Amino acid sequence: MVDRQAMPLQDPKERAHNFNEVALGYSGEQALAEASRCLECKSPKCVEGCPVNIDIPGFISCIKKEDFDGAIDTIKLTNTLPAVCGRVCPQEVQCELHCILAKKGEPVAIGRLERFCADYEREKGVTPPVRTTSSGKKVAVIGAGPAGLTAAADLAKAGHAVTMFESLHDTGGVLTYGIPEFRLPKAIVRDEVEYIKQLGVDVKVDYVIGKIKTLDELREDFDAVFLGTGAGLPKFMGIEGENLNGVYSANEFLTRVNLMKAYLFPDYDTPIKRGKHVIVVGGGNVAMDAARSALRLGADEVSIVYRRSEDELPARKEEVENAKEEGIVFRLLTNPTRILEGENMTVNGVECIRMELGEPDESGRRSPVPIEGSEHVVDADVVVIAIGTSPNPMIFSGSEGLETNSRGTIIVDDSGKTSLANVYAGGDAVTGAATVISAMGAGKIAAQAINEYLSN
Amino acid sequence: MPYTIIEKKEIASSVHMMKILAPDVAKAAKAGQFIIVRIDETSERVPLTIADFDATEGTVTIIFQEMGKTTKQLAKMAASDELQDFVGPLGTPADVRELGTVILVGGGVGIAPVYPQAKAYSEAGNKVISVIGARNESLLILEDEMRAASDELHVATDDGSKGHHGFVTDVVKNILDSGEKIARVVVIGPPILMRVAAGMLEPYGVETLVSLNPIMIDGTGMCGGCRVSVGGETKFACVDGPEFDAHKVDFNLLMSRLALYRNEESKCLDNHNHKCTCKGDN
Ligand SMILES: Cc1cc2nc3c(=O)[nH]c(=O)nc-3n(C[C@H](O)[C@H](O)[C@H](O)COP(=O)(O)OP(=O)(O)OC[C@H]3O[C@@H](n4cnc5c(N)ncnc54)[C@H](O)[C@@H]3O)c2cc1C
Ligand SMILES: Cc1cc2nc3c(=O)[nH]c(=O)nc-3n(C[C@H](O)[C@H](O)[C@H](O)COP(=O)(O)OP(=O)(O)OC[C@H]3O[C@@H](n4cnc5c(N)ncnc54)[C@H](O)[C@@H]3O)c2cc1C
Ligand code: SF4
Ligand code: SF4
Ligand code: FES
Repeated sequence: MVDRQAMPLQDPKERAHNFNEVALGYSGEQALAEASRCLECKSPKCVEGCPVNIDIPGFISCIKKEDFDGAIDTIKLTNTLPAVCGRVCPQEVQCELHCILAKKGEPVAIGRLERFCADYEREKGVTPPVRTTSSGKKVAVIGAGPAGLTAAADLAKAGHAVTMFESLHDTGGVLTYGIPEFRLPKAIVRDEVEYIKQLGVDVKVDYVIGKIKTLDELREDFDAVFLGTGAGLPKFMGIEGENLNGVYSANEFLTRVNLMKAYLFPDYDTPIKRGKHVIVVGGGNVAMDAARSALRLGADEVSIVYRRSEDELPARKEEVENAKEEGIVFRLLTNPTRILEGENMTVNGVECIRMELGEPDESGRRSPVPIEGSEHVVDADVVVIAIGTSPNPMIFSGSEGLETNSRGTIIVDDSGKTSLANVYAGGDAVTGAATVISAMGAGKIAAQAINEYLSN
Repeated sequence: MPYTIIEKKEIASSVHMMKILAPDVAKAAKAGQFIIVRIDETSERVPLTIADFDATEGTVTIIFQEMGKTTKQLAKMAASDELQDFVGPLGTPADVRELGTVILVGGGVGIAPVYPQAKAYSEAGNKVISVIGARNESLLILEDEMRAASDELHVATDDGSKGHHGFVTDVVKNILDSGEKIARVVVIGPPILMRVAAGMLEPYGVETLVSLNPIMIDGTGMCGGCRVSVGGETKFACVDGPEFDAHKVDFNLLMSRLALYRNEESKCLDNHNHKCTCKGDN
C-alpha cells in the first residue's frame, strides 16, 4: 500500500508573512493515490465518526474511478459545506480516528479527499440548485453560521420561504469573523452563501434579533424559527491588568483581522495593535488562529501559553504542527497570573506561573496545579485571551419562555426543539463552543424536525 | 442592503445632521440607544447615538462631529447617497422614569444624545432642566430643539460667546446650590466633561448617569473591545450600557483606551486626505 499522501503546504518561512491559504490541496494524482488506500470496508467505521455520516467509502470509490462528479454528489447528499469541512474538521478525532487503517498505521486522509472533491467542483462551477415548489410556510433562521446556513439550505429545499437574520454585516458566523483567510479562504464561505441565496433564502444582514425585532415577534410573523446564534461571548480570566491597552479577547483580535480586514490596514480603515511580543493564552483552534495571525501581522515572537501539556492541546493536530513550523513558541504547563502595566496603561509583560498535572478529575483529565514560587515574567506588548466563549445572550431579550441552562446554552430535545412550540435551535448556541460539522449536523436535524412540524 | 440618506446638513462648524431611511431601526429605537454605521466595504464600523427617530416616516437621525477618517468621509456624503450598513438599535435604552425634576447636561456633540432623552423624560412626566454647552457659539447645536423639549434651558460657552461664560458644570452647581430638589442628573459629552461632572456632583449625593463612548466594533457583546470598569467590575458598554452610574466609572481607563489607536487613526486620515487630492475630487 502507498503511504498516506502528505498535504502540499506553502513554505513556512514565506507563509509566516502572508495571509494566503497554507494548505494547497492534493493534485489529481495525489488524490488517486490516497483514494487507493481505502479498503472500502463493508461496515465502515469511519462513517460512524462523521457527525453527518458521509458515505465515505462511496465517495472514495468514485474518486478511484476518476468520477469526481459522482464523488462530490455523494458527499453533498449529507454535507452541504464540503469545501469548509474538508479544511477545518478535526478529522483525527472524527472520521479518521475510526478508520480501520488507523489501528495499524495511518488512516485514510478522508478530509483532504473531501476537500479535493469540493475544490474540483468549485473550479468547474457549481450547478445552480433547482427550486422546489412552495410549501406556503415561512421560516426564520437566526444566525448565518454553519448551523444556520445548513438549516436554511435544507428548509429552502423543502419549499419553505426562508428568511435569514444575521447581526453582523457579513454572513458565515465564525467561518467569516473567526477562522482566518490562511486556513479558510473567505471566497469559499461567500460561494456557499451565494448557493443558499440561489435556493431562494432571503438573507438580511445588520439585523440583531433581540434588538430590532424580538424572538417573540418573529414567532408571530413566521411559522417556525431556528436559532443558530452561536457562542460568541468572550470569556476573560479575571486577572489583574486584563483591561490594559493591548489586551484583546480572541474574538476582538480575530474580528479585527478577519471581518474588518485589519491586516490590510490602511487600505481598510480598522486598525489593530501589531505587537512585537505577543502572548496568546489558550490551546484551542482559536488560540492557534490568533497566534498565527499575530505572527503574520509582523510580530517578532508569538507564544502560546497553555496550562496543560501538549497531549491536552484541544486544537486540530494539523494546525498545531503548522503553527510550530511557522515558529510559534509553545509555553506549555504555564498559566498567566497577571498582566504588567507599562506607560499609558499599556501591556508590559505577563507574569506566568509553571503548572504540573495533578490527579485526574471527574472528567478523567489531569488537572493542572500551579507550582509555587515558579512565577516568571514573559515579554509582551500584546496579549490575546483565547480561553473560550459562551452563547451570545442578545437573543434572549424578548424571548419569553425560552429555557436555558446555567451555562447559558439553549435547552433542546433530540430533534432540536426548544421549550417553545415553534422554535428550534442548534450549533454552538446549544452545545457551547464546538465544531463546524457538529453545528451543521444540528442544523440538519432541526431542519428535518421543522419540516415534520410544518407538515402536520 | 444599502441605507439611503434622506437629508443632510451641517448644523454647526464640523458637526453634521443626517437623516437615514431605516424603517425597522426607526420602529424599534428608544432614547439612549445607538446605531453602528459602515459607509462602504473598507470602512470601520462607527457607533453613533440615535439623536432622533420617526417610526411613521421610517427615519433615524444621527448627529456627528468630524473626528477622523470615517466621520470626515461621512461628512462629505449627501442626500440620496447610500450607506452600506446601518445596524441598530443597539445598547440598553436609557432608564427613563417619572422621578420629579431631572437635569440633563449635554456638552459639545453630546447634546445630540441628550435631545431624545429630554423628550423622553418630559413625556414620562418629569420637570426637565437642560444645560447645554460648547466651546463657542458656533459649535452649539440643537438649541431650539432643546428649548422646546425642556422646561428650562441653560446655555454655557467656554469663551462666553453665548449664555454663561464658563463650563456647563458651573451652571449645574448653581442649580443644585439654589436648593431645588433634583432627582437625577444625566451628563453626556466628552469623557473629560463627564469625569469632571461626576467629581463635582459626588458631594451632593445626587444620582448621576453618564453615557460612555469607548471604541466598539460589533456593538453586540461579541468582542469585549468596549469594556469599561464600573464599580470595579468589567462591563461591556455596548450591551450593559452605554449608560452607567457616573460615580462608579473608571474614567481614566476609558480615556486611555480611547487613545489606543491614535497613531493608526492619523495614518488612516493622512492616507484618506492623500487619496482625495490625488484623485482631484473634493
Ligand atoms: C477562531 C476559531 C477557530 C475555529 N476553528 C475550528 C476548526 O478548525 N474546526 C472546527 O470544526 N471548528 C472550529 N471552530 C468552531 C466552529 O467555528 C464553531 O463551532 C461553529 O462555527 C459554530 O457554528 P454556529 O452556526 O453554531 O455558530 P456561529 O458560527 O458562531 O454563528 C452564529 C451566528 O449568529 C449570529 N448571531 C448571534 N446572535 C444573533 C442575534 N441575536 N441576531 C442575529 N444574529 C445573531 C452571529 O453573528 C453569528 O454570525 C473555531 C472557532 C473559532 C472562534
Ligand atoms: C455608544 C457611542 C455613541 C456615540 N455617539 C456619537 C454621536 O452621537 N456623535 C458623535 O459625533 N460621536 C459619537 N460617538 C463617537 C464616535 O463613534 C467616534 O467619534 C467615531 O468613531 C470616530 O471615528 P473616526 O474614524 O472619524 O475617527 P478616528 O480617527 O477613528 O478616531 C477619533 C477618535 O474617536 C474615537 N473612536 C475611534 N473609533 C471608535 C469607535 N469604533 N467607537 C468609538 N469611538 C471611537 C477614539 O477616541 C479616537 O481617538 C459615539 C461613540 C459611542 C461608543
Ligand atoms: S465532514 Fe468532517 S468528519 Fe465528516 S467525513 Fe468530512 S472531514 Fe470527516
Ligand atoms: S474505515 Fe478507512 S479504509 Fe474503511 S472505508 Fe472508511 S476510510 Fe476506507
Ligand atoms: S463592541 Fe464588541 S463587545 Fe461591545
